[in-house]
Amino acid sequence: MSKHSTPQFILQRLLAAIPSAIGVIIVSFIMTRMLPGDPAAFFAGASATPEAIAQVQETLGLNKSWIEQFFIYIGELIRGNLGVSLTTGQTVIYDLVTRLPASLELTLAGVLFAFIIAVPLGILAALKPNSWLDHLSRFITTAGVSLPTFFTGLLLVYIFYFLLGIVPAPVGRLDLLSSPPEHFTGFYLLDSLIRGDFNLFVIAFQHLILPAITLGIFALAPLARITRASMITILGSDFIRLAKSNGLSPEKILFTYAFRNALLPIITTMGVVFSFLLGANILVEKVFAWPGIGSYAVEALINSDYAPVQGFVLTMAFLYIFLNLAIDILYGIIDPRAGF
Amino acid sequence: MKEMQPKTTQETLLAVDRLSVEFATRRGTVRALENVSFDLKAGEIVGIVGESGSGKSVLAFATMGILDRAGKITSGRILFDNIDLLQIKRSQLRQKRGKELSMIFQNPRAALNPIRKIGRQIEDVLQAHANLPPKQRRERVLELLSLVRISDPSRRYNAYPYELSGGMCQRVTIALALACSPRLAIADEPTTGLDVTTQAAVMDLIVDLAAQTHMATLLITHDLELAAQYCDRLVVMHAGHIVETAKTSDLFQHPRHPYTAKLIAATPDPEKDLAHLIPIPGNLPDLRGELPFCRFRDRCDRASSQCDTVPLERKLVGNNHQVACHNHF
Repeated sequence: MSKHSTPQFILQRLLAAIPSAIGVIIVSFIMTRMLPGDPAAFFAGASATPEAIAQVQETLGLNKSWIEQFFIYIGELIRGNLGVSLTTGQTVIYDLVTRLPASLELTLAGVLFAFIIAVPLGILAALKPNSWLDHLSRFITTAGVSLPTFFTGLLLVYIFYFLLGIVPAPVGRLDLLSSPPEHFTGFYLLDSLIRGDFNLFVIAFQHLILPAITLGIFALAPLARITRASMITILGSDFIRLAKSNGLSPEKILFTYAFRNALLPIITTMGVVFSFLLGANILVEKVFAWPGIGSYAVEALINSDYAPVQGFVLTMAFLYIFLNLAIDILYGIIDPRAGF
Repeated sequence: MKEMQPKTTQETLLAVDRLSVEFATRRGTVRALENVSFDLKAGEIVGIVGESGSGKSVLAFATMGILDRAGKITSGRILFDNIDLLQIKRSQLRQKRGKELSMIFQNPRAALNPIRKIGRQIEDVLQAHANLPPKQRRERVLELLSLVRISDPSRRYNAYPYELSGGMCQRVTIALALACSPRLAIADEPTTGLDVTTQAAVMDLIVDLAAQTHMATLLITHDLELAAQYCDRLVVMHAGHIVETAKTSDLFQHPRHPYTAKLIAATPDPEKDLAHLIPIPGNLPDLRGELPFCRFRDRCDRASSQCDTVPLERKLVGNNHQVACHNHF
């Protein structure tokens, strides 16, 4: 096991990600070209003449060969230009920078919600396997994963907005009267706090809570299950026995000895759940009019709008790379044997 | 099986009295221990010997109160210093464990928390029982590490178990067990999985430290030779019963129970060649369902109809020498 410093390890991992990044660029390019539909025809309009369509093709560079188009695309990419969205009329970079934080904030909040609920449930279930608590936890999580997100979303909106009126209408990240905080991280919760606007923070929080719960409910089952399984394994291990036979306090045994060891598989699962939820976002974004990248990508795909789709796929690929890196680093912090 | 009441003298530190333990499994109840009684005096080293599966470790775990959830103590008493460990509150038991009685485990690497520095793990025990300021606690840890002959303690303090050899890990678990100078240590196969030279070093260490602090030691092992080398007295277990107890020399010279005799005949001896080893026929009986009064009956060449029908009693056959057999030698 080689011992490196953490920055060295990060650099190494980033370099190792380059081949997969190149692969993603090529595949996303080819796949978007292979999609049925002609963007030129779409954007020239329904009543356009063949000449008009040809002209649009020319301006978009679609009349060139795939190879030529690919090198033009790469050239632009190196200059940091992801192209222009034909649907929104903005550069793809601009769209992604404004919309990605919305999706990330939502997903992070969802995972956080799932973690806060599922991990204690899993621990309690592991402490008393096959007790009523264990069965209750299994029931809740199974129900959560069985219901489609759009259904849970609509149900929550119906109960908490329509019937009880304790959350605002599902109209996006803020109500219609508020304007977004100055763009700093793009996370409204953070940005409003940075600006010291507590009022706006509350509004953003109220709007975030239902979609985050909708997403999080979906992630309860895998997290609770892995927590339970991992805790049961660890609690049955020799070093827990030794800790008991040495008279350590139950809290010390549960948290310092058992839970920290059980965290490793939980973190791995968190990573999987996080990337999964980023994809599952799309329906939740639709239900709550959330201006994220999921709905943006679907819109673009329907319109054969290449640039945003490619930009979306690339962004997701890099997110996964960073996510895995973050998980590896977390692993290294928790487990000395990970040794970097 | 009715057994003699252990005499609780002034000196007796641990008295296990008619202890029975059952395990609930999917395919019936396993009667892992039945009416097990023995005692241990302060400073004494007693060996519990028997094949794997004879209930030695269950006895150790039951004494420490760390049986698996499936294991239930159905009857008996465990008197430690005349206090029944089975009757006191959990918090009181917790105060005793690690402080007055502690345990050394079979697989030292698995017995240590893999992601916590060994120094911290020893400190955790001190923190639970000794009211020391952090600085003194650390000093005590370094002292303990050098006590178990780990070189360069201040560097090893920061080591993780995976960075140490098996023998080194066992020294650390010994340091853990001795951190609060307990009056009793239960060593459950402490040398299994270590190579022979390390085995001797670890055993010598345990015995030395026990002598220094007048600590009683219960050595649990399947290795009769090892037990003979270090123990004052031996308790022979078979299939959840204690079949014979005696002073080590008496047991080897005059084994009274057929199982003990066979166990000795099956133990390698440097004087004799391996061809003289006589394996014990058969396997341990299945401990679920109906069993004869004598659980060794089916493997025994002295068995008679009594073994099925008459309950066994432990008989005194010599000076402190007890045997539970109708047809003993």
